[in-house]
Amino acid sequence: MHGYDPAFEKAVAEFLGIYYLGLAALNAGAAYWLWQKLHKVRDAVVWLAVALGFVVLAAVSMGGAPWGLPHGLRELLNTIFTGNRGAVIFTLGSFALLVILFRFRRFFVRPRVAWTILNLSLLYLGLSMTSRPFWEIVAKPDNVPIVALAFLLGFFTWLATYKAVQNDERIKQGLPPLEKEDSEKVLVWPDLVYTELICMLALTAVLLFWAIFIKAPLEQPANRADTPNPSKAPWYFLGLQEMLVYYDPWMAGVVLPTFIILGLMAIPYIDFNKKGNGYYTIEERKFAYSMFQIGFLQLWVVLIILGTFLRGPNWNFFGPYEPWDAHKVLVLNNVNLSEYFWIDLMGMSVPEGILAREWLGIVLLIAYLFLLPPILAATIFRQFFIKMGFIRYMIMIQLLLWMLLLPIKMVLRWTINLKYIIAIPEWFFNF
Amino acid sequence: MGLGQTIRNSQLWKSIFRHPAPLDRRNRIVVMLTNFFLHLHPVSIKKQGIALSYTWCMGGVTFFLFLVETVTGVLLMFYYRPTTEWAYRDIQNLADVTSLGIMRELHRWGAHAMVITVWLHMYRVFLTGSYKPPREFNWVVGVILLVLTLLLSFTGYLLPWDQLAIWAITVGSNMARATPLLGHEGPGQQLLTLGGVDLITNMSDARYVLLGAREVANETLNRFYVLHCIAIPLAVATLLAIHFWRVRKDGGISGPL
Ligand code: HEM
Repeated sequence: MHGYDPAFEKAVAEFLGIYYLGLAALNAGAAYWLWQKLHKVRDAVVWLAVALGFVVLAAVSMGGAPWGLPHGLRELLNTIFTGNRGAVIFTLGSFALLVILFRFRRFFVRPRVAWTILNLSLLYLGLSMTSRPFWEIVAKPDNVPIVALAFLLGFFTWLATYKAVQNDERIKQGLPPLEKEDSEKVLVWPDLVYTELICMLALTAVLLFWAIFIKAPLEQPANRADTPNPSKAPWYFLGLQEMLVYYDPWMAGVVLPTFIILGLMAIPYIDFNKKGNGYYTIEERKFAYSMFQIGFLQLWVVLIILGTFLRGPNWNFFGPYEPWDAHKVLVLNNVNLSEYFWIDLMGMSVPEGILAREWLGIVLLIAYLFLLPPILAATIFRQFFIKMGFIRYMIMIQLLLWMLLLPIKMVLRWTINLKYIIAIPEWFFNF
Repeated sequence: MGLGQTIRNSQLWKSIFRHPAPLDRRNRIVVMLTNFFLHLHPVSIKKQGIALSYTWCMGGVTFFLFLVETVTGVLLMFYYRPTTEWAYRDIQNLADVTSLGIMRELHRWGAHAMVITVWLHMYRVFLTGSYKPPREFNWVVGVILLVLTLLLSFTGYLLPWDQLAIWAITVGSNMARATPLLGHEGPGQQLLTLGGVDLITNMSDARYVLLGAREVANETLNRFYVLHCIAIPLAVATLLAIHFWRVRKDGGISGPL
C-alpha cells in the first residue's frame, strides 16, 4: 500500500494533537458545567477523567506517533464494507441503526448516553484519521462540511428527540407541552435582538476560523481531455448521483428530483393531522415523522455520506480504509427482469416484440403503482383514506410508493443483480 | 453630560435615528416600530418563539449567511472575469496577490454552510410541525428557497474553472440530456418533430439551454455567472421578503395553541 510519507505523518500528528485537545476541552467544559451548575459531582469526575484520557491521546499524537485503529479491525471493516455487499450492509445497517435509535429513543436521548455516543464517534473519527485513504477523503476541504453536517444532524436530532420525549411524557399525563410554559410575552428589544447579534458574532467567528485554517481548493485548470475518476457532482447532489446507479438519467436526474420537490411542497396539504403544531412531539405524529425521517435521513443524508466517502473510481464501493484503486474490477453482471423471466425461468430466448418481452415488468409496475393503493386503502390505510378523501390519499400514496421504490431497487440490484424491471432501450425507456 | 449623551443629542444623530436610546420599556417598543431594519420583527414575542432550543435560530443563520455571501461575492466580482481565458487565473491570483485573499474561503465555506443550515432549518420546521395551518404556504415558499439555495451553490461551483468545477458541473448537467421530451436522449424526444425534422437535438435540448453549448464551455461559464450573481440572488431576495412577511402574517413563530 502506501509507503512511509513524513509529510503525511506530520500533518496527521499535528491535526490529531489539536483535535484531541479540543475534545478534552469539550469534556472538561461538560464536567465543569455538571459540577457547578447541576452539582452532579460524580458525573463531573467521570467526564473529567475522559478529558484527561483525551489529553493523553493529544500528547501521544503531538509526540509524532498518534494511535490508530488496530490493523486487524481496519481490515475487518474494509472486508465488510466493500463492493456490492458493502453497499447493502452500509445502507441496511444504517437503516437498522435509525430504527433502533427510534425504537429506544427514551434511552438514547438521556444526556449521559448521548454524550457517550458523541465521545465515541469523535474518538472513532480520530483513530481512523491515521489511515491514509481515510484521511485523504475526510480531510479533503470540500468534504469537511459533510463531516460537520453528520455531527450537526446528530446533535439536532438528539435535541429534537429529547424535547419530543419530554413532551410526549407530559401529554400522556394530561399536561400541555413544555413550549406552552413559555407563552409569556417578552420584548423583542433586547431579548431577541441581542440573541441574534450573538448568533451573528459566533457565526462570523466560526466562518473566519474555517476560512483561515482550511484553504479553498483549486485544482488544475479545466481540461476537457482529462476526465477525473471518479467524477463527482457537488456533495449536496450526491444522493441524486447515487440514484443514477439504479435509474436511467431521465428518472434520476429529472423525474425523481421533480417528485422530491413537489413532494416536499405537498407535505402541508397531505398531513391532515392537526396535532403537533408548534411543539416537538413524536407520539402525536408518528407516521408523518417516520416517513419524513426515512426520506431525509436515510434516502438523502445517508446516500450523500455513502457517495462522498465510500464511492471511489468507476463509482465502485470502497471500504473506509481501502485505497481508491482505479483498476479494481468488480464483475458486474446485471440482468434485466425480462431476461430472468424468459431465459432463466421459461428456458426460452427473449421474444422480439417489446410488449411480449417486457410484459411482466409492466404488469408488476402497474400493480405496484395502481393496484397497491386501493388495497392499502381498504386495509392498513383505511383510516387515512376516510379522513383524507380520494385525491389527497392518492397523492400521498403515490409519493410514498415512488420514494420506497428506490430502496426496493437498490436491494434488488445488490441481491439478485437486477438491472431494470422494464427495459425498452428502443424508446430510451428503462425502469 | 457624557460623550455618548452628546452624540445622541446631536442634530445629526437625531436625524438618522428617530427615537431615543432604547433604555426604558417605552423606547424599546418605539425602536422596534420606527427602525426600518428592526420593524421586520414584532414588538413583543412569546418567550418560546425566541428560545434557541426551539428554533435553533437556523432560519436566521441562513439569512445571515446569505448576507455574508452577498458581501463577499461582490468583493470577489471585482477581481473575477467570467471567461475561460481569465477565470482560473483570476481565482489563482486572488489568493496570491490581493489582500482580500480570504474572501474566496469565506465565500466558499459560507456557501457550504448555507446549504447545511437551510436543511437544518427545514428539519426544525418539520419537527415542530410548523408547516401546519396557517403556515402551509410559507413552507412552499421555503421549499423554493431551498431549491434556489442549491442552485446558487451549484452555479457558483463552476466559476473557478478548474478540474473540480467543470467535471462536477458536467456530471450534474448531463442528466438534463435525458429530460423526457426535451432532452435529446430522453424518452419521448422523438415525438417532437416538425415536418419530419427532429426538434430536439443536442443543439436544442434542455441541456443546451442550460449550458449554452453542447458541453460545459465558455458560454456555460457566462450563463452560470449571470445566474449565480444576478438572477438567482434576486429571486432569493424577493422570496425571502415574502417568507419573512408571511412569518409575521401567519402569527409569528409557531407555538402550541
Ligand atoms: C434561504 C433559505 C431560508 C431562509 C433565509 C429562511 C428564513 C427563515 C426565518 C428567519 C424564519 C423565522 C424563524 C426561524 O428562524 O426559524 C423562518 C421561518 C419559517 N421557514 Fe424559513 N427560511 C429559509 C428556507 C426555508 C425552507 C427550506 C423551509 C421549508 C421547507 C422554510 C419554512 C419556514 C416556515 C414554515 C417558517 C415558519 C416557522 C415557524 O413559524 O415556526 N424556510 N424562515
